[in-house]
Amino acid sequence: MMETFDYNLKLIIPEVFLFLWALTVIVFDVGTKRRKSDSVGYLTMAGLAVTGILLYNFHGGISFNNMFSSDILALFFKVIFLGSAFMAVGSSFGLASDKIKNHRGEYYGLILFSTVGMMFLSSSNELISLYVGLELTTIPLFVLAAFYKDSKVSVEAGMKYLIVGAFSSAILLYGLSLLYGFTGTTDLTMMKINLSLLFLSAGKIGPGLILAIVMIVAGIGFKLALVPFHMWAPDVYQGAPTPITAFLSVGSKAAGVVAFARIFVHGLIAFSDPVMKPLDWGIIVAVMAAAAMVLGNITALRQHNIKRMLAYSSIAQIGYLMIGMVAVSELGIASIGFYMFVYLFANMGAFAVATLFNDETGSDSIRSYSGLSKSSPALSACMAIFLLSLAGIPPLGGFAAKYMVFAAGIEAGYNWLVILGLLTAVVSLYYYANVIKLMYFSPDNSHVKINIHPAARLVLVLGVVGIIIIGIYPEPVLKIAMESAVLFALP
Amino acid sequence: MDFPILSYLIFIPLIGCVVLLFLPKEKFGLIRWTSAFFSFIPMVLSFWLTYDYFFNYSHTADFYYMEGPFSWISTISANYFLGVDGISVPMLFLTGLLSFISIIASFNIVTRVKEYFVFFLLLETGMIGVFCALDFFLFYVFWEVMLVPMYFLIGIWGGPRKEYAAIKFFLYTLFGSIFMLVAILVLYFTSEPHTLNMLELIQTAPGFLTHGLQLFCFVFFFIAFAIKVPVWPFHTWLPDAHVEAPTAVSVILAGVLLKMGTYGMLRISWPMLPEATRYFAVPIAILGLIGIIYGALVSMAQKDLKKLVAYSSVSHMGYCMLSLGAFTSVTAITGCMFQMVSHGLITGALFLLVGVLYDRAHTREIAAFGGLGAKIPVYTGLMVLFSMASLGLPGMSGFVSEFMVFIGSFASGIPHFKLLTALAVLGVVLTAGYMLRMVQRMFLGEFNKEKWGGLTEINIRELLIVSPLAFLTIAIGFFPAPLSDLMEATIENLVQLMAR
Repeated sequence: MMETFDYNLKLIIPEVFLFLWALTVIVFDVGTKRRKSDSVGYLTMAGLAVTGILLYNFHGGISFNNMFSSDILALFFKVIFLGSAFMAVGSSFGLASDKIKNHRGEYYGLILFSTVGMMFLSSSNELISLYVGLELTTIPLFVLAAFYKDSKVSVEAGMKYLIVGAFSSAILLYGLSLLYGFTGTTDLTMMKINLSLLFLSAGKIGPGLILAIVMIVAGIGFKLALVPFHMWAPDVYQGAPTPITAFLSVGSKAAGVVAFARIFVHGLIAFSDPVMKPLDWGIIVAVMAAAAMVLGNITALRQHNIKRMLAYSSIAQIGYLMIGMVAVSELGIASIGFYMFVYLFANMGAFAVATLFNDETGSDSIRSYSGLSKSSPALSACMAIFLLSLAGIPPLGGFAAKYMVFAAGIEAGYNWLVILGLLTAVVSLYYYANVIKLMYFSPDNSHVKINIHPAARLVLVLGVVGIIIIGIYPEPVLKIAMESAVLFALP
Repeated sequence: MDFPILSYLIFIPLIGCVVLLFLPKEKFGLIRWTSAFFSFIPMVLSFWLTYDYFFNYSHTADFYYMEGPFSWISTISANYFLGVDGISVPMLFLTGLLSFISIIASFNIVTRVKEYFVFFLLLETGMIGVFCALDFFLFYVFWEVMLVPMYFLIGIWGGPRKEYAAIKFFLYTLFGSIFMLVAILVLYFTSEPHTLNMLELIQTAPGFLTHGLQLFCFVFFFIAFAIKVPVWPFHTWLPDAHVEAPTAVSVILAGVLLKMGTYGMLRISWPMLPEATRYFAVPIAILGLIGIIYGALVSMAQKDLKKLVAYSSVSHMGYCMLSLGAFTSVTAITGCMFQMVSHGLITGALFLLVGVLYDRAHTREIAAFGGLGAKIPVYTGLMVLFSMASLGLPGMSGFVSEFMVFIGSFASGIPHFKLLTALAVLGVVLTAGYMLRMVQRMFLGEFNKEKWGGLTEINIRELLIVSPLAFLTIAIGFFPAPLSDLMEATIENLVQLMAR
C-alpha cells in the first residue's frame, strides 16, 4: 500500500528561516570583512526574535507523516531554546570584539545551527528524526566548546565533549535500534500502542527491552550530564567560552529533557506502570535524580571556579527536574517545562554575569568576586537574584519551579525523593550564598567597575524581570506548561 | 470589606522599598525619614486594626478583614487569601510597633544606608504577611521572603562574626522550612478536593488524615516552627544571630521572628492536627521545660550582655512551649499569647538598651562595667525596669503571662503536667538570679571613673523609642483585661478545635 505523505511545510518555516539566517549571519560577517563587531551580534539576535514571531504564527499540527509534530510541548521548549540562544548571543559581545574577533560570524552561525537542531528535536515524534535533531544540536557545540583555539583548556573541552558525545550517541543509537527491533516501529505513538499490546500479551518485559531502556537512559543521560554520566561536564563547562557554557547548560539540556520526555513518558509509558516495578525506568531515573542532586550539590560546595560551581549546580538542577519526569503525570510534565523555563532566565543570567566579569577582569575565580557590590552594585544585585532563584528562595521564579516539581513528586508518591531534594536544596544555598557573601559582606578589594554592553544589559534585565514576574505570577506560563502536557494523555 | 487594610499593611512597606531604590544614596536624611514614613503608616494601620477589632469583632472567633480567596496560581490552587482573628491581631500590633521603633533606632546606621532600609522594609512586608496569610502557599512565601533581607541585614551590618551568623541563620531556618513544605504538600494532596486554604483544612484535616499521617505532618511542621521559636535543641542559631545582628535587627528577631514559630503552631499544627497534638503534648512540654531551665542556666554563665539577653529568649520562649503543651486549657493558651506579646516588648526593649550602651562604650562585657547607676541614672532606671519585667515582677507584663502559663498548665488535667509546671517555676528563680546579678554588676558597686567618665546619658531619640515599650509593659502588667478580652473568643474556639 502506498502511503500518502503529508508535507505540511508551513510548520517548519521557523526552522528553515533560522537555518537560512545562520548562513546570512556568516556571510554578513565575512562580507563586511569582519569589521562590524556589534552588528553581527545584533543581526543574530534579531534573527532569533523573528523566529520567535514565526513560531507564534506557524504552529499546531503534524507534518511529514507524524514525524514532525508542532504541538504545544514543542512550542514551549522552542521558546526556551530561542531564549537561551538569544541570551547566549547577547552576552557574547565582549568576546566577539576581542577573543574571537576573527571568527565571530561562525561563532554566531554555529549557535544558530545548534538551535535549529534543538527545534527539530523537540518536534520530532519519531526516533530517527529525533536522533538527527540531537546530532544537529551537538555537533556545532563540539566546535563551539573548542572555540578558543589558542587555549589548551578550551580545546581540551572541545575534544572531551566530542569523544563523550560521539560515544553516547552510539549507545543511544544502539538502544534505539533495539527498541525498533522489539516494537517494529520508530514512531513513538505507534510504539506506545505496540508496547502496551506486547505487555498485555506477554505479561512481562524481556531482558532485551530492559537493555534498550538502560542504553537509552545512558545515551541521553550523557547529554543531560545525569549522574553517573556527568564526568565530562565540569571540564567542558570550564574550558568552553562562558556564553557557550551557558548555552550548553540550558539549551542543550532542555533538548535532552524534551527527548527524554518524548521517548520515555510518551513512547515507553507502558514501563512506568506500577506493576512493572522495580524493572520500570521510573525507579532507575529516580535513583539517578537522587544521585545527581546529592553529588552535584555536594561537589559544588568545594569549587573555587565560578564556572565549575555553576556546572555542578546545573548537574544538581537536572536532578530536581527529573523528579518531575519520574512522576509521569500531567503535573510532572508541566513542571519540567516550567522548571526549564525558569532555569533559562536564572542560569543564563548567572553565566552572563560571569561572562561580563571575565571580560573585564579575566578571572573566573569565585574569590575575585569579593567586594563587587560596591564597585558594581547593579551587576551584583542581578547576580544575587539569579543565584537566589537557583537556590529556590521565594518569591523568585526558582521557588515556584521547585515547588512544582516537588508537588509532582509528592503526588506520584516519591516522598523520599522530594525530601532528599529539599535537603540538598538547603545544601545548595550554601554555595550560592557564598558568592553573595563575597560580593556583599567582604571588604572591597577589587575596585573593578564592570562595563556592561547594552546587549548584555538587555540579557540581564530580561533575566531579572523574567525571574521576578514568573515568581510572583507564574499562572500564565504554568497554564501553557499544563497544556503542553495534555498530548501525553496522562492521568 | 471596602478598605483592604491587610493588603495595605503588607504592601506599604514594599512600596517604600521601591521608592527608596529611586532615592540618591548619599541623602541619608531623606532615606531615613522616607523609610520611617513607610513604616509609620503600617504602624498606625495596625493600631487602628487592633482598636477596631477589639471594639467590633472580638466577641466572636471568626476571621475578619478577609480578602479573597482570589485565585493566584490555579494549577496548584494557590490563592491570595488574607484574614485576621484574635491571635493574629496582637501579633500585627507588635509587628507594626516594633518595626517602626526599629527603623527609628536604625538612624545611627551610617554605612550603606539605602540598602539597609530597603532590606528592612522588605523584612517588614514578610513579617506582616505571615500573620495575615490564610493560604498555605502565601504563608510559605511570606515565611521565606523574610530570610533574604535578614541574611543581608546580619551579614552586612553585623558584628565581627557576621558572615558565620548570617549563613547559619539562613541555612538553619531554610532547613526548617523545607519540612513545612513537605507537610503542606502532603496535606494538599491528601485533601479532597485539593486545597491550600488553611481555614478549610482546619475544619476537614482531622477527618481525612490517618493517625500516622497526622503524626507525620505534625512532626514536619513542628521542626519548621520549633527552629523559629527556637525550642531546645534547635536553638543554636539564635545566640549567633542575635549577638552579631545590629541592634534593630536583634529587636525584630526577638520581638517578631521568634513569635512566628509559636504563631505557626497555634494557627496551623495545633488546630489542624489535634490528634497529634494530644499525642505529643507531654514531649513538647518537656522540651519547653528544658528550654526554660537550660536557657536560664546558660544566661547565667554569659559574660556578654547581648548574649545574656539572647539566651534569656530561649528560656522565655520555653514558657510558651510549656503552655502550648497544655492545649486543653484556655488560660494556658492565653498565657502563651501574653508571653509572646510581653517577651516581644521586654526583650525588644532590652536589645535596644544594650545597643544604646554598646554605641557609647563599644563593649558589651558585663564585667567591664560597674556603678553606672551614678553616671547614667535614666538609662539605669530603664534597664532595671525591663530586667524586672523580664524576671516577672508583679505589675509588669512578664508576671501576668508567666502566672497564666503556670496556672493554666498546672490545671490542664494532662498527666505529668503538674510536675512539669512545678519544675518550670524554678525558671523564674533562675531568671531572677541572672537578671539581678547583671544589674548588680553593671549598675551598682564601684564606678570606674577613669574608664567610663565620658559615658553619656541616653538621648531623646533613644528614650522616645523605648518609652512606648515601657508604657505597654507596665500597662499590660496592671490591666491585662483588654488584651485577654481581645483574644478570648478566638482562643476558646481554638481549644475546642484541639479537643476534637
